[in-house]
Amino acid sequence: MPNRVPSSIRQAFTVTKFELLNYVRSRRFIIMLGIGIIVGALLTLLVGHYRPSGFLASSIDFYSSWWGISATYIVILSGIFFGGDAISGEFQNKTGYFIVGNPIRRSSIYAGKWLAAFVASFIVLIVFLGITVLNNFYYFGLNLPYQFLESFLFTLLYLISVLGLTFFFSSLFKSSSVAILTTVVLMLFAFSLIQELIDAFVHVEPWFLITYGAGIIGNILTVPYPSHILTTHFGHVVVTSYAVTVPEGIAILVAYFAVTVILGLVLFERKEFN
Amino acid sequence: MQQSIEAVNLTKKYGSFVALSGLNLKFEGAKCVGFLGPNGAGKTTTLKLFTDMIRPSAGHALINGIDVHENKRDALSSCTALIETPEIYPSLTPAEALSMIAEIRGVSSNERNIRIEESLNEVKMLEWKDKKVGKFSKGMKQRVNIASVLISDPSIIMLDEPTTGLDPRGMSEVREIVKSLKRKNRLIFMSSHLLNEVTDVCDEVAMIDHGKLLVYDSILNVIQKFSENGSNIIEVGFSRAIDENIMEKIGKLENVKATSKIDETNLRMEILGDIKVQEALFYELANMKIGVISFKPSSSALESTYLNMIKETL
Repeated sequence: MPNRVPSSIRQAFTVTKFELLNYVRSRRFIIMLGIGIIVGALLTLLVGHYRPSGFLASSIDFYSSWWGISATYIVILSGIFFGGDAISGEFQNKTGYFIVGNPIRRSSIYAGKWLAAFVASFIVLIVFLGITVLNNFYYFGLNLPYQFLESFLFTLLYLISVLGLTFFFSSLFKSSSVAILTTVVLMLFAFSLIQELIDAFVHVEPWFLITYGAGIIGNILTVPYPSHILTTHFGHVVVTSYAVTVPEGIAILVAYFAVTVILGLVLFERKEFN
Repeated sequence: MQQSIEAVNLTKKYGSFVALSGLNLKFEGAKCVGFLGPNGAGKTTTLKLFTDMIRPSAGHALINGIDVHENKRDALSSCTALIETPEIYPSLTPAEALSMIAEIRGVSSNERNIRIEESLNEVKMLEWKDKKVGKFSKGMKQRVNIASVLISDPSIIMLDEPTTGLDPRGMSEVREIVKSLKRKNRLIFMSSHLLNEVTDVCDEVAMIDHGKLLVYDSILNVIQKFSENGSNIIEVGFSRAIDENIMEKIGKLENVKATSKIDETNLRMEILGDIKVQEALFYELANMKIGVISFKPSSSALESTYLNMIKETL
C-alpha cells in the first residue's frame, strides 16, 4: 500500500527532531553550552570575590547587572552558532540534496530547522538562566522579581528575532562562512556602532535597529524605567541618548522577526540547488 | 494506472546559457531507462527539474501526470531520487537519517524499523546502522543514500550516477540492486557515464547532449539504428570453452555477419536485423545446446553508437 505523506506541519516537526538531534551531538552545541557555563562561572567567581555594589545593592540590581548585560550576548552567539549556516549549509555542504528531493515543502524544512535552532538556543539560555537565578538565591534568598520574568520573556522574543535575522542571512548567501561573518559583523559590531553614533550625534531615535529594540531586556530591570530621551550638554556639544520603551521594543523585535522570516523563506523557496 | 515520468517542452536556462532545451520525453511502466550524455549535457539538470531542486524556465516535469513544480508533495509521494552525492547530517546514524526520510514520506511507525533494516541490508550497511555518518567514507555515505531511496518502497526511482564514489565491488552491488528493483515493477530512470552499466542494467536508453535529446529507444534499436552499418553487436557467454567448430556453426547462422572471440568463454557476434531477428538467433543458439548462458548487447557497441552521436552534435 502506498505511503500517505504526512501534513506539512508534521513534516516540519520531523525536521526539527532530527536537526535538533544533530545539533545536540555537534561540537558547536557543546561549545555554545560551554560559553554559557563559562560566562556564568566567571561572573559567579568575580561577583563572589569582589562583591561589587552595583550587583549586590538589591535583587533587581543583581539581575540588571548580570542578566541585563550578558543575556543579549548569549542570544546573539546562539543565533550565530545555530542559525548562521542553517540554510546556507544545506547548499554548501549538500545536506539539502538528502532532503529536498522528497515530498516536502521547503517551508516545512525552513520552519523545522528554525524551530530546532530555537530549541538548541533555548537550552543554552536556560542553563545560563539557572546559573543566574542560583546566584541570586545565594545573595538574596528566594526572591524572583516580576521584572526579571518580563526580562526573560523579552530575551526569548529577542532570540526569536535574532534567529529570524540569522536565518535570513543564511538564506541570502550560499556560502556558510559569508552568512556567519555577515551576521557576526552586524550583530556584534555594526548595529551597536550605528546605534551609538545615531543616538549621540544625529539625535534620531534608532527605532530601525534590532539591538535598540533589545534594550527592553535590560531597561525593564532598571527601577524606575529609564527616560525615553535623555539629553546631556557637554559645553556646546549636545549628546542625546534614547531608551527604548517596552511597546516600542516589542514592536521592533516582532517586526524584525516577521520581515526577516518572510524574506528568508522567500529566498529559500527561490534558491536553486545547482 | 502505470507509473510515468514525462517531460513536456522542459527547458532550463541560466542567463543566455541553455542547460536544457525543450525536452520532450515520456517513460511509462516498469523498466529501467538509462540517461546518457557527456558532462554538461543536461542529465543532472533534468533530474533536478524532476525533483524541484531547480525551477524550469519553460515546460513541465510531470511524475504520474502531476507537475512537480506545482504540486511537489503529490508528485514525489511515490517517487524517490538520488541526485549527485548528498551529504547526511554528520551527527546522525544511518538508522536515524533513514528514519527521518521514512517519517517525511509517511512510512508507518510499525513498518519503519523493518524497512530501515531491509534497506541497509540491501546496501550492505546494516552493521554500521548505529555509527555516526560523519566518520563514513564517500562510498559508505553513497550506500546510505541509496538505502534512503529504497526506504519508502517507491514505484518510480531516479538515480543520478548512483555508482559515483563506489569501489568496483560497490558498483557491481548497486547494479544488482537496480536490477532487483526492476524485477519489483518499478520505473527506474538512471543517468550514467558508464556505458557498460547502462547496457548491463537498462532496457532503454535516452541520449542527450547540449541540452537536447538525441534519441530515446530500446538499447538494441539505438545500437542498430545508429551503428555505422546498421548492424548490432551481441556478446554471447558460454559455460565452457568455445572451439572452432562452435565458431563455425554460429558464423553460418542466418543474419550473423561476423563472429570473434573475446576470451575462452565469450564471443562477439555482429548481426543484421531487429529485435525479432535477435530473438530467433537466441532461440537457435539455445537449441544448439552448446552451453549458452548469456546473450546481451555489447557495451562497446553502445559506446561506439554513443560516440558517433555525440560527435555529430559537436
